[in-house]
Amino acid sequence: MQISPHVTAASPTHAITLTRVSKWYGTFQVLHDVDLNVAKSSRVVICGPSGSGKSTLIRCVNRLEAHQKGTIIVNGVELGDQLKRIDQVRSDVGMVFQHFNLFPHLTVLENCTIAQRWVRKRSAKEANEMAMSLLERVRIPEKAHFYPGQLSGGQQQRVAIARALCMNPSIMLFDEPTSALDPEMVKEVLDTMVRLAEDGMTMVCVTHEMGFARQVASEVVFMDGGQIIERNTPQELFSRPTHERTKRFLNNLLH
Amino acid sequence: MFDFQLFTTALFGWPLAQGAMLTIALSVAVMVVSLAFGTLLAIVSGSDNRFARWSAAAYVWLFRGAPALLVLLFVWNGLPQLSAIFREHWFTPFVAAFSAFTLIQVAYLTEILRGAFAAVGRGQKEGAAALGFHPWQTFFLITLPQALRIAVPALINEFISLLKTTSLATVISLKELMTITQFAISASFRFLEWYGAALVYYMAMVSVLTFAQIHIERYLARGHH
Repeated sequence: MQISPHVTAASPTHAITLTRVSKWYGTFQVLHDVDLNVAKSSRVVICGPSGSGKSTLIRCVNRLEAHQKGTIIVNGVELGDQLKRIDQVRSDVGMVFQHFNLFPHLTVLENCTIAQRWVRKRSAKEANEMAMSLLERVRIPEKAHFYPGQLSGGQQQRVAIARALCMNPSIMLFDEPTSALDPEMVKEVLDTMVRLAEDGMTMVCVTHEMGFARQVASEVVFMDGGQIIERNTPQELFSRPTHERTKRFLNNLLH
Repeated sequence: MFDFQLFTTALFGWPLAQGAMLTIALSVAVMVVSLAFGTLLAIVSGSDNRFARWSAAAYVWLFRGAPALLVLLFVWNGLPQLSAIFREHWFTPFVAAFSAFTLIQVAYLTEILRGAFAAVGRGQKEGAAALGFHPWQTFFLITLPQALRIAVPALINEFISLLKTTSLATVISLKELMTITQFAISASFRFLEWYGAALVYYMAMVSVLTFAQIHIERYLARGHH
């Protein structure tokens, strides 16, 4: 790969560096000059009202959405139109979606092995072993031969986490991972994420689970109107928000 | 009077069996080729390229609109008038019938598959992309299997319809099931027995397809409850 001059611009301790990132849907600007650094092994929680651009922001990190201005550097690779770089970034970044996006025609085990086989070119044995060890890590190995449709939402989301981890990512993105779950299933998914954080995974998580943020986040980012309004440690941000919009949002969340 | 013995002779005799085999060969060949081209055209129909989309739509519009008999006669009688290539030996009734029915079938299958591809949610593609799949891997491993589950009943329906439509090839003297039946009738003037035997063949072929449909649907439905 051609070494881009931007590679040196990113600090080696940063897993993700966003510099003045802007994005438009047609004429509507969803992201306004967003700057964000995510240090290796840190856990960043992004919150904000719906339509604030937080999902769009993390979807730009693995190029599910293309940004139009600014630079996004992931583990030293600057994202652009080059497919090779997109591949490189995606191979390092796992993602968990609000609606799980498991493949319904494949068993839990196959969901966890198919990308290992076709993208990582691992042998069936190797892929199966990896999948089983991660299904054990998310505490659901007994469902390996079930189809996603036979599992509860919480179980499906844990499988989705295992599926992403099977690719050995160094960064995990979570896009509202508990928003589509029944309340009683939120905990099992959050517990899985807490354990992942404790193992030192770099995590960027869009969520409204403030308890989770308090427990694991190294930094909480509040977004509104496509901009980062403020960012701080969870303790500081939750107890002493400096901006009016942050205060209002946190108040609404509590009541 | 219905001559039962003539009926059984017709039913188990070589001529009708051969005719039926030709009908099956033609139908299967048309269906397989149409599935491939229909898939291609369905992908094109869903592409971002406006020119490609319109070309696919124009194709479907033309061949869904034209009656099968007209297309068949156009290919068989019209093409040789257009070019000497189509006056050579290779341009047999089978080739003509295969070409005509494929042109039509592609149009119908494109419509069915386009709808089925669109029915597989965007989340599936995003889930696959996030795992590092390339678009063609996503298509064959994720989208196509799920789209087929949706499309199978309609596809088999089209296959059954095609199987019977091939009888139109009797007008260009292709020796398929109906042509053989008509030959036999013009030699014996026995209508009921030969038509009856031909009907049994068609019903048997359609029954096999219906049976296959049940099993294919069951297989593709795994994971869906």
